[in-house]
This record gives sequence, structure tokens and C-alpha cells, in this order.
Amino acid sequence: MEIKKELPEIFESFAEARRNGFIAAKNFKEQNKPMVGTFCTFMPQELPLAMGAAVVSLCATSDETIGEAERDLPRNLCPLIKSSYGFGKTDKCPYFYFSDLVVGETTCDGKKKMYEYMGEFKPVHVMQLPNSPVGTDSLTLWKNEIVRLKEVLEQQFDVTITEAQLKHAINLKNRERQALKNFYALGKLNPPAISGADLLKVLYGSTFKFDREASIEEINALTAKITAEYEAGKQLESKPRILITGCPIGGVTEKVVKAIEENGGMVVFYENCMGAKHVEDLVDESESDLYLALAEKYLKIGCSCMSPNPHRFELLNRVVDEYAVDGVVDVLLQACHTYAVETLAVKRFINGEKGIPYMSVETDYSTADIGQLNTRMAAFVEML
Amino acid sequence: MLTIGIDSGSTTTKGVLYDGRTLLKQILVPTSHKPKVVMQEVYEHLLHGHAEESVYTVTTGYGRELLPAAHKKVTEITCHGKGAAYLGATVGADIGVVIDIGGQDSKVVLLDTYGNITDFLMNDKCAAGTGRFVEVIMRQLKEDVAFLDQYVAGSLPVKISSMCTVFAESEVIGLLADNVRGGAIAHGILNAISDRTANFAKKLPLEREVFFSGGLAQSEVVRKLLEDKLGHRVVTHPLAQFTGAIGAALIGHQKKWR
Repeated sequence: MEIKKELPEIFESFAEARRNGFIAAKNFKEQNKPMVGTFCTFMPQELPLAMGAAVVSLCATSDETIGEAERDLPRNLCPLIKSSYGFGKTDKCPYFYFSDLVVGETTCDGKKKMYEYMGEFKPVHVMQLPNSPVGTDSLTLWKNEIVRLKEVLEQQFDVTITEAQLKHAINLKNRERQALKNFYALGKLNPPAISGADLLKVLYGSTFKFDREASIEEINALTAKITAEYEAGKQLESKPRILITGCPIGGVTEKVVKAIEENGGMVVFYENCMGAKHVEDLVDESESDLYLALAEKYLKIGCSCMSPNPHRFELLNRVVDEYAVDGVVDVLLQACHTYAVETLAVKRFINGEKGIPYMSVETDYSTADIGQLNTRMAAFVEML
Repeated sequence: MLTIGIDSGSTTTKGVLYDGRTLLKQILVPTSHKPKVVMQEVYEHLLHGHAEESVYTVTTGYGRELLPAAHKKVTEITCHGKGAAYLGATVGADIGVVIDIGGQDSKVVLLDTYGNITDFLMNDKCAAGTGRFVEVIMRQLKEDVAFLDQYVAGSLPVKISSMCTVFAESEVIGLLADNVRGGAIAHGILNAISDRTANFAKKLPLEREVFFSGGLAQSEVVRKLLEDKLGHRVVTHPLAQFTGAIGAALIGHQKKWR
């Protein structure tokens, strides 16, 4: 497969920040290294990393390209799917543009059907994700799908992924997870050391790094710096402590975090897939069957597309206590059916078992609801 | 020691002056397209004759940020909770739930036995289920919202199937073309909005009595419809439109003495 190194035609029309994104991606590609784009955290990044590729997240977070996407996709579809598809179609995202292969999974109905159209203008490989994390059939299916991904990568990029390379990549990803865990554990501090908005910036930013070793060092240095400053007395004001769960947020949906923090609350933990959901569990490095170890780790991701979905509740149960959470905000993207249906179970669990307030809020990639978000979040904080 | 509470809503702006025991003054004016100017006018009206006294002002509602003289801004959810517990107590009711149907949103608030908020839901995405729905249809029927109850009296509600204000408007045109009486149509609209509100409220565990606030609480027909559909006693108060403003004044009073 020929690796893509040229800039898109519309490059000249972009603002500086986006041009810089394209240039950085182009410089990486000039080293003859492939780039693999992903949509969900279920994708075992260890495999593309093992062959020296960069792995980048393609989950778009702005409404810029939704209009373009709606020419092909229904209007009443999750904004994340429409936005991502639109960015792919219009060459406006450097990571999508320079991805030599996009790997998707059969997570939600919207995404898996969208990939069928995306395959018309981009090389796409879709992994068949089981619907349930329970039972050996699911595990076997997922392990086989991971082996199949390895074969697809080897074939597409004309390489061989050895056990030694994969083992190295597993160790690298585990160290990255540990670095992120240490970083977001700063949220346990009370009075707080870092705002939820800043926590999210770092977590979100880490999904676009080409050089993982450098990224791990950066995160560790940042954690050390914040810890040192905290110990030297740089502490923020104590406020009601909020945990965010639900759909992925970032980009324009930071408006929810803003609405919480401008109205007297503080986000101390992100349980969703921009945060801890895929980071908390490491891959078992003592397991001799590397593919089984990967399958076990990734099948434990507590996404609402799973039924039943015990792992989301296990994580919530633990972190509500560890982070001394005062209230839970469940963020829903419009038309995300699985997360929307699961709000009832989360509300029952948070109100009942954990005995703290819960609020779900539906939003999209527009800025039209900022006034309402402010009222709702302010009222929620007033209630705590 | 006086407190002023002002609720700047999407349709009307309400203000009250409170001395810690009784409401001394209240005022309600249309918000129009100048919420800030109207809020200032309401503030000055309430302050008139008390300029020398120390007054603490709390604002609420969509326009709560617009009054420079405000000491504190509190969301309408918290204020409705406080105000409803207060007004409910004056009519001997034990309020556990507040249902507010406002001009551009509707909300359900749960209260504990101390009048503190324990949970709430808000519909702010869609005009059907808000006072706007009734306003739009009454305008179409060329009738005054103030005489809603008289207008629908004696008619049987027609079934309105559209759950969207814009589509319901075209449905009404169809009904009028079929010679259905306006009163029956308006009754149908009230029935539809009550259904929607009751189903929305039932998402929360309702206990004790329900206080009904907002502009639509003026309608005895809607109060009765809600009571039937909820299976809980629904009470309201002549000052129900001032619930948010009263709540704001009460919060101001508590703040001041702390």
C-alpha cells in the first residue's frame, strides 16, 4: 500500500491551527510511517503501534461538516457520527486525510452502517465486536477479530507483526495508560489541583499524539509539575465535585464542562471514553497468549453498546467513592440510543446505591443550548 | 430588612417585595423584546418608597444576569422549589412536587420535607408542553388566553394527535375547516399539554401534593386535568405566577440573615 504524503487541495483555505495539524501529520508521514485512524476505544491500538504506525482518533467534535454529512446520512443521527463522516468526506481533518486505513467496530447501529458508506472513499476495515462482554463465545469472537485485524494490517501495509513487537507495544500502551491514570488521579485532590476543563484538555489532546513515548513523558512531567505546585500551595477553591459519564465529549461539547464549572461546580472525573473508560484496565502482560490478553482487556470497556454492561457500573461504583463525588452528570449526544436508554439504570444506581444526585443532559454539536445548559447545571449545583 | 425577588421569564417578568413576613408588593409585566429594560423597571417599581432602606435583591429566570443591582442570581428551578413550598404552606398543602409550565419551558421539581430540591427535570427543547403551545393556538383561534377557562367551558376536548406546536397548528387549521368549534379545539390542546406534562412528571417518583405554577396555573381546567392524570392532589395559588419571584425573595431573606 502506498502511504499518503500529499496535502489536500483545500489546504490553502484553512486557518493556521488546522494548517499546523496538516503539516505535523505530513511531516510524520514523510518518515514513511503509516497512520491508522480509529473511531472507538475498542480498537486494540497495540497492533498498529507494533508495526510502527501512528494511531489517531477520528471522533470529530464540531458541527462544521454536519451539513455535508447530511447529504448522505439521516438528520436524526448522532452528531459524532455525522461530524466524523463529514470531516472524512471533505478532507478537512488532517488525521482522517492522512490515515492510510480507518478501523471501525460494530459498536452502535449508526456507526456500523456509516462505515459502509465511508468505505466508498477510504480504505476501511470493520471489526465485528460482540454485543455482550459475557461468556467465552464473545471472548473467542473478539480474539479472532483481533487476529484478523493483525492479518489485515500485515496484508495492507506489507509487513509482519511479530510477537516481540506486539509485546513491546502492549508494554508501551500500558505505560501510557498508567501515565494517564496518574494524571487524572489528580482529580482526587480536595481542594482541587486542576480544573475539569484542564483535565479534559490533556485527556483529549493525548488522542492525537504520533509519538507515544514522547507523549508519556509529557504527561508524566505535567503530573509531576502540578503535584509539586500543589504541594507548594497552589490549590483551587473546593466546590461540589462532579463526575461526568456518558457519551464522548471534547471540542464543542466542552460546553457542558464549562456550564458546570462556571456555575459553581468542579469536574473531578471523566468516566466516558475521553477519560477513564478505556484507560483504567491494563492488558495483562503475564498472559502468554497476547491476543487473548488483548481481547480480555478490550472486552471489559463499559460502553452502553454492550448488553449487559456491568463494567460501566463497576467503574462508577469505585470512582464515585475514590473521587468523593457529590453528583453525577450523564452527557448524551442526541440520538445516541444506547446511552439514552441506559440513563435509567445509571440514575437508579447513582441515586439508589450511591445515594447522590444524578442528572442526564442531552446535547449536540451546536451552541444553541448553552443558555439552557447553564440553567440546568447551575440548578444541579445549587441542589448539591 | 427588605428583599426583592425578580423572575425574568420568557413571556412575563415578575417581581415581589418581601419584608421577612409578608409580601408587600408584587408586579407582573410582559417581558417583550427588552428583558433588561423591563427588569430595571420592575426593580424600580418595587424599590419606590423604600429607597432609603437596605434592600437585598435576588434575580432568577432566563434574564437573571441582566440586572446590575442584583446581589445574587439563582436558577428558576431552585426558586420555584422554595416559592412553591412557601405558597403551598399558606393553603395548608404538603408540597412534594412542583410542576411549572412556563412560557418557553416546563419543569418538574421534587422537594424533601424541608422544601429542599432533591431532583428535577426540565423540558427546554420543544414548545409543545409549554405555555407557548397554548398561546400559539389561542392566537390562531383569535381568543384571549386570559379567558381560557370560559372559552373551553362546556365543550368536549377533541383529540390533538400532533406532538409538535408547528404541526398542531396545521392540525387546528384542518379541524376548523371541518367545522369543529374553537372551544373544543382549545380544550383538546389543554388536554394534550396536560397529558404531556403528566407523563413527563411521572418520570420522577412523585410523593405528597403537587404545586402547579407558571402562567397556565391560572387555568382551573388545566389544574383539574393534571390532577386526574397524575392521581395526586394538585394545588395552586392566586400568586402562582409569582412562585419564582417569591422563591428568589425568600432565598434573599435567608442569605441576608446568615
